[in-house]
Amino acid sequence: MEWMAWTWPTATFFMVIAALLITFSILAIKFPEAPRVGVLRIETTRGDRLFITLLGSAFINLAWLGLVGPDNQPWALAVCLVWAAAVFRWV
Amino acid sequence: MADVTVNQNAARGLSLPRVNSRAVVMALYLLFLLLPIYWLLNMSLKTNTEILNEFTLVPRDLTFANYATILTDPAWYMGYVNSLIYVTMNTVISLSVALPAAYAFSRYHFMGDKHLFFWLLTNRMAPPAVFALPFFQLYSSVGLFDTHIAVALAHCLFNVPLAVWILEGFMRGVPKEIDETAYIDGYSFGGFFVKIFTPLISSGIGVAAFFCFMFSWVELLLSRTLTTVDAKPIAAIMTRTQGASGIDWGVLAAAGVLTIVPGALVIWFVRNYIAKGFALGRV
Amino acid sequence: MEKTVNHRAWFLVLPVLLLVAFSAVIPLMTVVNYSFQDTFGNNEFFWAGLEWFQQMLNSERMWNALGRQLMFSGIILAIEIPLGIFVALNMPKSGFWSSFCLVLMSLPLLIPWNVVGTIWQIFGRIDIGLLGYTLDMIGIDYNYTQNALAAWVTIIVMDVWHWTSLVALLAFAGLKSIPDAFYQAAKIDQASRWKVFRYIELPKMMGVLMIAILLRFMDSFMIYTEPFVVTGGGPGNTTTLLSIDLVKMALGQFDLGPAAAFSLMYFLVILLISWVFYTVMTNLDKREG
Repeated sequence: MEWMAWTWPTATFFMVIAALLITFSILAIKFPEAPRVGVLRIETTRGDRLFITLLGSAFINLAWLGLVGPDNQPWALAVCLVWAAAVFRWV
Repeated sequence: MADVTVNQNAARGLSLPRVNSRAVVMALYLLFLLLPIYWLLNMSLKTNTEILNEFTLVPRDLTFANYATILTDPAWYMGYVNSLIYVTMNTVISLSVALPAAYAFSRYHFMGDKHLFFWLLTNRMAPPAVFALPFFQLYSSVGLFDTHIAVALAHCLFNVPLAVWILEGFMRGVPKEIDETAYIDGYSFGGFFVKIFTPLISSGIGVAAFFCFMFSWVELLLSRTLTTVDAKPIAAIMTRTQGASGIDWGVLAAAGVLTIVPGALVIWFVRNYIAKGFALGRV
Repeated sequence: MEKTVNHRAWFLVLPVLLLVAFSAVIPLMTVVNYSFQDTFGNNEFFWAGLEWFQQMLNSERMWNALGRQLMFSGIILAIEIPLGIFVALNMPKSGFWSSFCLVLMSLPLLIPWNVVGTIWQIFGRIDIGLLGYTLDMIGIDYNYTQNALAAWVTIIVMDVWHWTSLVALLAFAGLKSIPDAFYQAAKIDQASRWKVFRYIELPKMMGVLMIAILLRFMDSFMIYTEPFVVTGGGPGNTTTLLSIDLVKMALGQFDLGPAAAFSLMYFLVILLISWVFYTVMTNLDKREG
C-alpha cells in the first residue's frame, strides 16, 4: 500500500465519497427511489442526482482554481453546496 | 439470394445504372481500404535492396526471407507467443466473470444496477494513458511486473465491460420463459446456466470472446508499459526495431502482416455480428 | 422484457465488481493521491496541495494539446460519420457480395494499432511508400515528418481509413432493420431519394448513429498508438494529442504529480461526455420502445 502514497486529506476525501454512497444505498432501501423528470428533461433518480452533483462539483472546483486561484478554495465548496441543493431540487 | 436482391431493388425503383453506381462506390472504398494493406504485404515479400533502390508495384525478386527471419529468431517469434498467452488469459478471465454478471443485468433489477452498468461503460471509455502510470506502480509493487498475467489483468479494464455489454445484448434476446420452465423442471441455477442457457447464447459467447481477443491483441500502450523482457508483446518488439538508423523494412513489414493474420482468419465467422460487437452489443 | 426485482443478483455481479475495482478503482485512487503530492523518487512524497492542478490549468501545453485533440476528434467525426453513412447506403443488402464487403471492410478494424501506424508510416514515405512516392511524383510537396499540415493530413486519413468501416457497419445494421414495406410505401408516394433518406432511413439509423458517434468520439479522444507511431507527436508538437502528451509526461519524464493532475482532468472530461451520451442513448431507447 505504500506505493499508493496515501495522505490524510485524500483518504478523507475517499471516505466522504464512500460514506455518501453508503448513505444513498441505505436511503434507497428505506425509501425506494422514484424517478422524476426535472429541468434537464431527463428521468433521474436520487442516485443520478448524486452523480450529477459530484461530477459538477469537480468541475466547479477546477473552474474556481483556474479562474480565481487557490487562496480561497473553500469558497468553491460553498458554491458546490448551492449546486447540490439546486440539483436535488430541480433536476 | 441474388434474385431477392434484384427484386428488392426493382421494387424500390432502382434501375440498372443505379446498381452500377453503388458497385463503383463500394469498389472505390474497398480499394482505399486494401491499398495500404497490399503495400505492406508487397514490401514484406521484397528484399531490402529492392525496397530501397527500386520502386516496384509487385515484388520482382519474390522472397520469403523476411518471414523466415521472424519465424526462426526467438527474439521475434517469442513476441507472438507472449501476446497470444496474455490475450488468451485475458479472454478467459473476462468471459468467466462477465457471463454471470451479464445474466444478472439481462434478467433482474437490483439496487444500483443502472449505475453499475454505466460505471462499466466509463471504464471502456477511459483512456489507457491515464492508467499506464498507476498500473506500472501497482504491478511493480505486487511483483507482477513483466508477467503475462499483469497484462491480462490490465486489459480487463476495458475487456470486462465490453464482454458484459455484448453478452447482455445477446442474453436479452433469449425469452425469460426458458429460465422459468427450467427452474420448474427442477434445474438448479448452476445446472440451468451450464446445460441450457450457455448453449442458447453460444454465438454470443463466441462473439464476446472474439472481441476480447481482438481488443487485447491490438492494444499496445499498456502491454508495452507493463513488460520489459519476459512478456514483451510483438507490438512492442516491432516499435523497438524502428527509430534506429538502419530499419529493416522488409522484416518490419513481414511482422506487421503476421499480426493481421489472426484477425483475418476468424473474421468470416463473426461477419454478421461484427457491428454488434463493436457497438458493445447495442445494435 | 419485464425484469424481476432480485437483489441477490448482486452475487452474480460481484466478480466483475472486484476485478474492475482492482484494475480501475485502485489505480484511480492512486492517481488522486499522486496529484496532490510531489516526489523526488524513492517513494518519498511531499504534500503539494493544489499546486499541480493550478499549474496544469494555467499550462499552455495542456490547453494546446486539448485544442489539438478537439480539432482532431471534430475533423474525423465530420468525415467518418457522413462517409460511413454513404458507404452503408451503397452496400449490397444481402447475399454473397454483402458478406464479401462486410469481411473486407472489417479488416482494418482488426489490425493492431501500432501496425496501423506502421502501415501508414510506410505508405506515406516519399522514398518507399506508394502514397508518398505518388504525391512526390505529381509534384506535391508532401513530407509528414517535416511539414505539420502533411502530418495532420496523414493521421486524419489514417484514422478515416481505420475507423470509417465501423460507422458504416453500424449504419448498415440500422438500415437492415427497416422493413421493405416502408420503401414500398415511399415508392407509392413517389418520394424522392433524399426524402426516403431523410424521413425513413435516417430516423431508423438514429440509435446506431448515436452509438457510432459516441464510440468514435471517445476512441479518437484517447487515441495514442497510431499517431505516435507515425509522427511521434511531431513535427515539433503539432500532432501531440492529449494521450501522447500525457504518456510523455508520466512515463517519459516521470513527473508523477503533474501527470496525475492532468490524468484526473482528462478523466473528468471523459466521464462528463460518457454520461451525456449515455443519458441521450437511454432516453432514445425509451422513446422508441
